[in-house]
Amino acid sequence: MKKLRTRKHRVVLSRSAGGDFGVAIFMILLGILMFFPMYYLIIQSLKPLDELFYFPPRMWVSNPSFENFSDLFNLLNTSWVPFSRYLFNTVFITVCGTFGNLIFSSLCAYALSKLPFPGHRFVFQLIQKSLMIGSEVASLMVFVVISKMGLLDSYWAIIVPALATPLGLYLMKQFIDSNVSTEILESARLDGASEFRTFWSIAMPMVKPAWLTLIIYSFQGLWNTGQNLYVYSEELKTLNFTINQVLLEGVVRSGASAAATVVMMIVPIVVFVISQSKIIETMGSSGMKD
Amino acid sequence: MAKKEKDVAVHGDKTRFQWTWHLMKQYKIGYLMIAPFMILFILMTVIPVVFGMFVSFTDYNLLQPPQWVGLDNYVNLFLNDDLFVTALKNTMIFAVTVGPGSYILSFVVAWFINELTPKVRAFVTLIFYAPSLCTGAYVVFGYIFSGDSYGLLNGWLLNWGIIDTPILFTSDANWIMPVCIFVALWMSLGTAFLSFIAGFQGLDRSQLEAGAVDGITNRWQELWYITLPSMKPQLLFGAIMSITGSFGFGAIVTTLCGGIPTDYVGYTLSHHLSEYGGTRWEFGYASAISMVLFFLMVGTNMLVQKLLSKVGKS
Repeated sequence: MKKLRTRKHRVVLSRSAGGDFGVAIFMILLGILMFFPMYYLIIQSLKPLDELFYFPPRMWVSNPSFENFSDLFNLLNTSWVPFSRYLFNTVFITVCGTFGNLIFSSLCAYALSKLPFPGHRFVFQLIQKSLMIGSEVASLMVFVVISKMGLLDSYWAIIVPALATPLGLYLMKQFIDSNVSTEILESARLDGASEFRTFWSIAMPMVKPAWLTLIIYSFQGLWNTGQNLYVYSEELKTLNFTINQVLLEGVVRSGASAAATVVMMIVPIVVFVISQSKIIETMGSSGMKD
Repeated sequence: MAKKEKDVAVHGDKTRFQWTWHLMKQYKIGYLMIAPFMILFILMTVIPVVFGMFVSFTDYNLLQPPQWVGLDNYVNLFLNDDLFVTALKNTMIFAVTVGPGSYILSFVVAWFINELTPKVRAFVTLIFYAPSLCTGAYVVFGYIFSGDSYGLLNGWLLNWGIIDTPILFTSDANWIMPVCIFVALWMSLGTAFLSFIAGFQGLDRSQLEAGAVDGITNRWQELWYITLPSMKPQLLFGAIMSITGSFGFGAIVTTLCGGIPTDYVGYTLSHHLSEYGGTRWEFGYASAISMVLFFLMVGTNMLVQKLLSKVGKS
């Protein structure tokens, strides 16, 4: 009988050693290609001025310093709106938008998944189809709607469009479909729990992974809110906007702008590292049934 | 259970309309629950698309009511607007390279990642996902592709004596498109990628074992006969994510080239849209552009969904 290959004492099927080697080489090369720009960005942010303009450019830093970061904060503090205000704006928009999105999407997804009211299939089809349309298509008329609602130049102009995202709803609904059993809900209802109570105390604790996924998607979108047509008062502008102003000042700000990008990166990376396994779990039910 | 039997009994002596009405009353809480989301969804997605469709047949500047002009906007777009034709061409080039490119890359990387042990897998996933997670990180290519000798790539090439003068990666017409496509692919392992990773993790191992018994001898056969058919739902979802993302191309070009590039190389529909909508406030004309984008996205998605539904059916 042919000897079976094993990997860490587990039998591997249909995998040749040569193939494994090829795959490993491919992944390592591609991984370096993917990671290198990130690495270089961090290196640039740590280079003191003289090293930034060294020829030939170096892939490492001899005297790492945080002067770019302190430059960045000094620059931000010279603007007439205090830096803390920009930070507050971004945090406020992100928290309100994410929280609202979470509540609205879970309520809607739960009803679409578990309450067979007439029209629920049509509504879900409509939302699923709208995944095919990129935000660019609607953006112009969203601006018109926002302006007609009188929300221009307020936090709401950013928050309201972020409250109902088809992708978030889609992922939540699919997750509830495959992870919340109708029988458990039925028995809660027989015990006399109201529909909201069933939703909140029975269904919601079972969909925590989907919550985390929605949080990170919503968060990612809002945290990066930058220049836009909706808000023009300086005191309502966001962190990302201000930081991008630094980037626009050209070569002399080269180091500070690398520092700025690194600062904006830290939060999403930390959030993702913490919630990665839950996000993958949510994506397990993301598939589309035709 | 008793409730259900009662429902069936009631159904018996009711017309279909009365039965629907009965269900609507029974589940009125359902409508209440979807209301907040749906109101916002209608306001922020349905109305903008439908109203945009109407506005595309008018002349509209937000201050005066729309003036009906029939097909004028579309006729002008396709016959009198050379820049639109350039933008359409470039958008198509980006879409047919970045769309399938990111889709295949996401799938292949997810497939290979699945062979790793869980801890390594989590780390490698982060490495590949980080560029799309940190939406702003691609500005680093400004340093890498910078057109002077302090740009990393130019610095290397000069130092090794491959070139004598720096290549203007972000302003030379020959280089802008390839550079932007490369950057777009670098940051394209997004939602579809995560969905594929999850799909592979959810594969039924016993099915793979059964396949091996039935004579599958290598990874390609396993992929074609077992993996692809059972991952069809993820493939369909991932396709939508990749396609829709690839048509909105534009921000990368603007950031890397510091504005609209010379001679409109890399000028896309999304640039044209913000030129007419955001700068000139010609909302009717801009809406016609966004409708072209709409039909491109929906058309391509429908076509690809149709093609993918054939996977594993031959």
